[in-house]
Amino acid sequence: MTDQKRYERLLAAVQSGDIDRRSLLRIIGATAAAVGVTGGPMGLLTRKAMAAGVESIRFDGWGGIVSEAFHNNAFPQFTEKTGTKVVEGEFGDTDEFISLVKASQPGEYNVFLVSGVYDYFRFIKMGLADFVNEANIPNLDKLLPATLAAFRNESEGKLAAVPFDYGTTGIAYNRKYISDEEAQAGHKLLWDEKYKGKIGLYDGFQTRAWMSSLYTGQDPQGATDTAAMWEATRKQRDLVLKYWGSGQEFIDLMSKEEIILSDGWSGRVAFLQQNGHDIGFIDTAQAGFAWIEGLMVLKGSPMEAAEQLINFCIEPAVAIAIAEGQNYPPSLDPTKVELTEKVKKLPGFDPTGKFDNYIWEKASYWFDNQDAYKKEWDRISKGA
Amino acid sequence: MARPYLLLSPAILSLALLMVAPVVFVLIYSFWLRTAEGLDVPAFQFGNWVNFFTDGFYWRALASTFKTALITTVICILLGYPTAYFLARAQIRNRGLLLFLMFLPFWVSYIIRTMSWINVLGKNGFVNAVLVGSGLIDEPMKLLYNDFSVIMGLVYFMLPYMIINVYVSLDGIDRNLESAARVLGCTPWQSFREVTLPLSLPGLGAGSLLCFVLAAGSYVTPRLLGGTDTLFFPDLIYEAIISQLDWPFGAVLSIVMLLALGLVIAVYNRFMNLSDVYRSFAR
Repeated sequence: MTDQKRYERLLAAVQSGDIDRRSLLRIIGATAAAVGVTGGPMGLLTRKAMAAGVESIRFDGWGGIVSEAFHNNAFPQFTEKTGTKVVEGEFGDTDEFISLVKASQPGEYNVFLVSGVYDYFRFIKMGLADFVNEANIPNLDKLLPATLAAFRNESEGKLAAVPFDYGTTGIAYNRKYISDEEAQAGHKLLWDEKYKGKIGLYDGFQTRAWMSSLYTGQDPQGATDTAAMWEATRKQRDLVLKYWGSGQEFIDLMSKEEIILSDGWSGRVAFLQQNGHDIGFIDTAQAGFAWIEGLMVLKGSPMEAAEQLINFCIEPAVAIAIAEGQNYPPSLDPTKVELTEKVKKLPGFDPTGKFDNYIWEKASYWFDNQDAYKKEWDRISKGA
Repeated sequence: MARPYLLLSPAILSLALLMVAPVVFVLIYSFWLRTAEGLDVPAFQFGNWVNFFTDGFYWRALASTFKTALITTVICILLGYPTAYFLARAQIRNRGLLLFLMFLPFWVSYIIRTMSWINVLGKNGFVNAVLVGSGLIDEPMKLLYNDFSVIMGLVYFMLPYMIINVYVSLDGIDRNLESAARVLGCTPWQSFREVTLPLSLPGLGAGSLLCFVLAAGSYVTPRLLGGTDTLFFPDLIYEAIISQLDWPFGAVLSIVMLLALGLVIAVYNRFMNLSDVYRSFAR
């Protein structure tokens, strides 16, 4: 039996539920029977990577469960197949990562998890990104057209990042104290005096401006009365216990019940729910927005190895395993790829793949206003 | 004549490369421009400095930082002096072991140690659990994410520096001086006030300076334990450089912080002796 056949059978076994995805990847790693070691459609990986002479490639992602998901479900297997070691790094937020990239030599940072089209746009505008050769990433065909278009629209039809997963920012609440009915109030809940000292909010200008725009009855991506928007943010500050800076901090605050109400990210909420915390989540138009994450390549990177890593990560078996690990639905097209029940149950998952009811960020709006908004938000968050 | 400089040249070179040169680079950066994309353009203009001097927000932040550092230092004095006195004067066999235990936490990452306070002061943390469990209070107290928790975290970090400085100072005092004071009719309290305390002041001053400078320059503690009303100058430097990607303005704030703390050290050196700070670590 060829390795390709063996791989297909393993996939079939997973799809039929005979073995779980984690076991599949263990088997792949342990027996070297999967793609790439001696043959199959990804068999070229080994020879290509070796030919490229790339010993290692750096990947940076969000910490906590996101990094764990990549670490457990993708990188060891990728190294096994290609001989290219993945050096893993973490960042707390994109701004922090941009600072690191700015201060580094080209090629020091290679591939990273970009969150949203606004951040994608920033990297393009700053000249920090590089464009992939799509012909070298055959798995692109399996991705949702809407997610590919979202990135292409910001970079003249080319791709500097490949969509990997998507998620939503919404409102998370502890059901022990807040009912699902009450939560229907959406963003207004974040201004409810009743929860003074029990509210946590993300320490990010975009989310703060978005929610405050909603609260003041304005278009969250077209506020005309910014003074009112920021005044609402100031008013809200008195109710807030902590502005959290990372998903891990959000999990910590919610799980310890330091806060019972917060805006939050769908994947982190799913993690809390899976760990026995009765956390509700709403991400309707009146409570949040959606974003795409992508695997972005930075200037000076070994492009061939980067493309191989990206192609490997969006291979359905791998992407689904990572999705289950980090709790964000993959950017795989559900009409082309059979997704697991666990993925289908993830918060924010769209079974149609069309994203009809999702509100996406407009990169240009946030880019044009980022300086003024960031400066104002940084002051407000410090009590000004 | 050239020989001393020849002998000093490795140290001078190290200082020039590792201390002076980076500060000069930061100073140069403070005159640069930042583009809308977040890129820095070499220039020579005073816009960043004008922004700083004309905006009261930054001055308030500096005042708030110094106030917190001062409170931290005073608490460290109140807690550290008696502890150091006990270590220096008590008839105990394992003084070395006690000093070793005091520095044992330094083997654990500062961030981890700071984060541990979340479990101590949190709503469901150790302190509240004990107080609520014993019936002393009905509702958990708000001990976390405010100025109290920031000062608590800073005191926890700085206290060993204060203790070791005072201990070294007390340990160096000739006991015969205290005995002589007692023989001449001093009460124990008078002996302490007239002899021991004045002679231990250099150590107390050195410890205070260290505590103040380290507390004012602290960034991790306010960020992890602070709340929505915590205004700390190093945090503004972080925001300018990391969040706003405005490195030139971040450079201005960094130079201001350096000068402000330099001024504190200069004032200290005018009234005390800066070499006492080093002596503590040389013993």
